[in-house]
Amino acid sequence: MNLLYQIFIDPFVQMGTAPDLLVQTLWEGLVGGVLYALIALGFVLIFKASGVFNFAQGIMVVFAAMSLVSLHAVGIPAFLALALTFAIMLALAWGVERLVLRPLVNQPDIILFMATFGLTYFLIGFGELVFGGEPKVMITDQLYLPRGAYDIKMLGGFVSLQKIDIAAAVIASLMVATLAVFFQKTRIGRALRAVADSHRAALSVGISLEQIWVIVWFAAGIVAIATGIMWGARSQVEFSLQIIALKALPVLILGGFTSIPGAIVGGVIIGVGEKLGEFYWGPLLGSGIESWLAYMIALVFLLFRPQGLFGEKIIERV
Amino acid sequence: MRAPSGEVLAGQVLLSVENVSLSFGGVKAIRDVSFDIRKGEIRAIIGPNGAGKTSLLNVINGFYQPQEGRITFRGETREKMRPYAAASGGIARTFQNVALFKGMSALDNIMTGRSLKMRRSFFWQLLRHGPALAEEVEHRRRVEEIIDFLEINAIRRVQVGRLPYGLQKRVELGRALAMEPDLLLLDEPMAGMNMEEKEDMSRFILDVNNHYGTTIALIEHDMGVVMDLSNRVLVLDYGRKIADGTPDEVKADRAVIDAYLGVAHR
Repeated sequence: MNLLYQIFIDPFVQMGTAPDLLVQTLWEGLVGGVLYALIALGFVLIFKASGVFNFAQGIMVVFAAMSLVSLHAVGIPAFLALALTFAIMLALAWGVERLVLRPLVNQPDIILFMATFGLTYFLIGFGELVFGGEPKVMITDQLYLPRGAYDIKMLGGFVSLQKIDIAAAVIASLMVATLAVFFQKTRIGRALRAVADSHRAALSVGISLEQIWVIVWFAAGIVAIATGIMWGARSQVEFSLQIIALKALPVLILGGFTSIPGAIVGGVIIGVGEKLGEFYWGPLLGSGIESWLAYMIALVFLLFRPQGLFGEKIIERV
Repeated sequence: MRAPSGEVLAGQVLLSVENVSLSFGGVKAIRDVSFDIRKGEIRAIIGPNGAGKTSLLNVINGFYQPQEGRITFRGETREKMRPYAAASGGIARTFQNVALFKGMSALDNIMTGRSLKMRRSFFWQLLRHGPALAEEVEHRRRVEEIIDFLEINAIRRVQVGRLPYGLQKRVELGRALAMEPDLLLLDEPMAGMNMEEKEDMSRFILDVNNHYGTTIALIEHDMGVVMDLSNRVLVLDYGRKIADGTPDEVKADRAVIDAYLGVAHR
């Protein structure tokens, strides 16, 4: 009886009695969710256009952040280093298309999936060779990203908003809006959606699959740069960060693998759910709740809506 | 984009296929087939199921690369076509089981047909400004003409996956027409249609041929349609050419009658 009370009643009583803490928790969840959404967005872009589940998205985030920090460390001005990082991600996209995707075209999906595993470990090894294995500090000040926090008095208490988190939310929103317009309104955006729908029909109207693949991998690379900067600014830039790729999985299950809005909404749900769970239910269930709650939420979702919130319904005729 | 030498006058050979053979592993889909398509004609390709008709279209637009033979398009001879070369050279096609971009509207589907005609750089597209916007507007106008022509105004904003089959086929034709092709390949454009839809489609095919001077090669099972529409008919059976001529010649051909009535092959 007491346990049931602790699980089902007490957390909500706490939320009611300290609304400022609730708002703080929600905000932190939202920010964490935005970062998950960004990683998931990288996955969705590539999955939509080539049907490849790109396990390497996580290491691409780290690789982009490492490139940026290391280029700046050798004396290149911050914004030039950022431009060079874009060039590196473009080169990576081109290399992946040439050396990984093109030779494996028409192979089963699982083979391409395994190839992205290979790519992940190649990038870890190559990255550690070039950049060194030790953690690095993101060059937030040099990129004019804000520091510090706003303390807002509300609901009989304080809510503290980190400026960098606000910047992350704004940049992420801008990026998503740009991608949405690009996908909906331009020739290349149309071509991307076309390739996602039917390869042979796309070929028949003269859309070049190679070009489209380079573009989506580059777009995913740009998303990786943004994610790397934001994530790096909150903690450190290190290779173990690539494991956040796995955090994108529950987000994708929630949002559907092919939907950009789904990645955003899924990311926010997971982020907020995680923080609420950690703060209100964590003490009951042990502090490790953050590491598995997201997967639990995804699992429950799978039972009721296997195609995700925004995914296309899978209809198969027999 | 096109070589000026590639200009072909009406009545001359636009595309010819010589001694093409195609096999998948041990299965021979096409055996030593030669035929040509003349500028401005409607060319039908007929034959029983599995005769290699669709394979032949796939060879022409580069989806399949034949093991033997040559393809000459607009005076340029090559061993095999590539899909991109075919599309940019002016070959458009539709598919036997409609291949549309199901998640997109009818309008967007047809707009993809303009892909090769739109050349503004990635950068301008990203900004969606300046030259790219003007270009988008111009191509949109051409697409609206096609939508008018095919009488699909009412469904332009509808996601094509939701349309009935007959209309999907029409949208697919629209996408091919948006490429302003010189050679249009239609793979069973009337399959699964009722009488009225077939008549509409026949009318569109004749209009395209008359008004735009587009050369058309089509695969069709409805003999009435084939005899009405086409100038010349190629007949395939078991991957071989068994007859080639005007509808009347083909109708009277012994081998064709045997193939269709199922006389034992000697």
